[in-house]
Amino acid sequence: MSKPTLLSPTRAPTTATPTPLVWIRTQLFSTPGNALLTILSVWLLIMAVPALLDWAFLQAKYSAQSGQECREVEGACWAFIAEKHRLILFGTYPYEQQWRPLVSVFLLVALVLMSAWRRLWTIWLFPIWIGGLTAVALLMWGGVFGLTFVENTLWGGLPLTLILATFGVALAFPLGVVLALGRRSELPAIKTICVVYIELIRGVPLISLLFMSSVMLPLFLPEGVTIDKLLRALIAIVLFAAAYVAETVRGGLQAISKGQYEGADSLGLSYWQKTRLIILPQALKIVIAPLVGIFISMFKDTSLVVIIGIFDLTLAAKAALTDPAWQGFSMEVYIFIAAIYFIFCYSMSKYSQALEKRLAVGQQH
Amino acid sequence: MADALIQMHHVNKWFGKFHVLRDINLEVATGERIVICGPSGSGKSTLIRCLNRLEEHQQGDIIIDGMTLTGDIKGVETIRREVGMVFQHFNLFPHLTVLENLTLGPIWVLKTPKAQAEQEAMTYLERVKIPEQANKFPGQLSGGQQQRVAIARSLCMNPKIMLFDEPTSALDPEMVKEVLDVMVGLAEQGGMTMLCVTHEMGFARKVANRVIFMDQGEIIEENDPVSFFDHPQSDRTKLFLSQILH
Repeated sequence: MSKPTLLSPTRAPTTATPTPLVWIRTQLFSTPGNALLTILSVWLLIMAVPALLDWAFLQAKYSAQSGQECREVEGACWAFIAEKHRLILFGTYPYEQQWRPLVSVFLLVALVLMSAWRRLWTIWLFPIWIGGLTAVALLMWGGVFGLTFVENTLWGGLPLTLILATFGVALAFPLGVVLALGRRSELPAIKTICVVYIELIRGVPLISLLFMSSVMLPLFLPEGVTIDKLLRALIAIVLFAAAYVAETVRGGLQAISKGQYEGADSLGLSYWQKTRLIILPQALKIVIAPLVGIFISMFKDTSLVVIIGIFDLTLAAKAALTDPAWQGFSMEVYIFIAAIYFIFCYSMSKYSQALEKRLAVGQQH
Repeated sequence: MADALIQMHHVNKWFGKFHVLRDINLEVATGERIVICGPSGSGKSTLIRCLNRLEEHQQGDIIIDGMTLTGDIKGVETIRREVGMVFQHFNLFPHLTVLENLTLGPIWVLKTPKAQAEQEAMTYLERVKIPEQANKFPGQLSGGQQQRVAIARSLCMNPKIMLFDEPTSALDPEMVKEVLDVMVGLAEQGGMTMLCVTHEMGFARKVANRVIFMDQGEIIEENDPVSFFDHPQSDRTKLFLSQILH
C-alpha cells in the first residue's frame, strides 16, 4: 500500500533564536517584579564577587616562610595550605610512607568508578570489591610484602575519611537490602526484628551511635578483649547507614507493581529467585538517586568521628590550625577541606546521574 | 470424575467480609477447554487465581493433578510448574529481553541448560509468530506482541494447564485477533487443558468444550457452547448474554 498523499505538504518547523537584547528583555525584565529581582541580583553580585576574587586570588599569598608574612597581606594565605597539605591530607601517617595512603585513595576511587561499568555487573563484582578492599587494608596496615607496619591510630586525613565512607557503604548496602526484604516479610519474627532495628537506629543521631559504640561496646566485651577504635567507628557507621538504605530500598520494592511478583510466582520461581532476578534489579534501579543521596550524606557524616578522636579529614584540618607559627587561618583551611568534600560529593552526584542515564537506555517500561 | 485434572470441592473465599467465591464445585478433565464468563465482580478471575495460589481459598479443597493445594510452599511451587498463567496486563519482565523472559523459568526452575532453553524458546516464539523480536525488550513491542510473548513464556514451562485471565481485555481491537488466533492454535493442537476468563464469545464458540457463567461468586450455569448461547437456562444468564451480544 503506497503512502497516501497529504493535503498540505510537510514543512520544516520555524526556529527563531532570539537576539541577546531580546533575550534580556524577555527573560530578565519581563515583569516589574522580575526587573527588580534582576537589579537586586546584579547589585549583590557586584558587591560580593569582586571582593571574593580579590581576597581569594588577587591579594592572596601563595608562598611564605611563616604566618607573620601572610598576616601582612590582606588576601587569603594559601601558603598555609601549601605548608600543611600533607598533614591535612594524610594526618599523622609516617611521612615517607605516605605514598601508601595515596595509592589507597586511588584504589578506592577506582573501585567505585568501576562499579558503574555495566559489563562488571555480574557475580564478579563481589570478588573485585573484596579484593580491592583487602588490597587497601594491606597497603594501609603493611607488615607484609616488605611494607612497614603502620598502626591504624596513625592513619588520618583523606584516606581515613574515604576508608570509613567506602567500607561503610560497601557493608551497609547489602545489610540495608536484607533489612528491607525482612521488613516486607510475612514471617512475624523477622519482620519485627527488622522494624525494631530500623526505627531504633533512625531515632538516634549518628553521634550518639558513635559514642555508644566507642564507650559502651567495650563494657559488654569480656575482660581483655578489645575492639579496634576504627572498627568501632566503622560498625556504628555501617549500622546507621543500613537503616536508611533499608527504608529507601523498601520504597523501591513497593514501587514494583504487584503484577511483577505474580508473573514471577506463576512461573514457579522461589522467593529468593524471584527477589534476585526480577524484583531487586527493578527496585534498585528505581532508587539509585535516593541511594546515592544517602551515600553522599554518609561521606560527610564521617567527619563526626572527630568526636571519638579519630583523625579524619576534619580533625586533621583542626590539627593543622594548632601550629603556633601559623595562627588565624581557619578560613583557608576550612575552604580547602570544603573543596575536597565538594569534589567528592559532586562527583558522586554526577556519577549517579550518569548511572541513571545509562540504565534508562534500552530499558523501557 | 475421580481423576479429573482439576477438582474444586466446596471452595469458598472471602475478601475480608466480602464473600467472593460461594461454594464452587468444578471439575476439569485433561484436555478440556473451559471459558468462564460473567459480569465484573463475579469472582471469575479470583476463581482461576486460586488454582495457582495467587489467591488463597479459605474453605474447601482444590486438587490439581492429584496434589491438594495448601499453604505448603514447596507444594505450591510444584503446582505452579504445572500451571501456566497469562495475565490481562502481560506482566512481562521489562528489564529482560524477550528471549530472557522466556528462558528464565526453564533455566532457574526446570534447571534446563541455557542453550537448550534458548532453542525451545525460539520454537515457541515461532509458534506465536514473532521470532524476530527475540532480542528486543518488552517495552519495544506492541500490546498484541507482548501478550503473545507472555503466552510463549508460559508455554516454555511445558505446563499441563494454561490459565488465561482476560488476555485480550487490555489490547487495542486490531490486536485482539492475533492473540486469539494463537490461543485457538493452542487449543486445536490438542492436549492442553485451558481455562479462559474472557468476554470474547466468538472464541468461546469456536474452541470451548464448556462455557461457565458466574455471577456474584456462584456458578450459575455451565453448558456446551451451542446450548449455552442458543438456549440459556437461567434468567441471569439471559440478561448477561443480552448485554454483551449486540
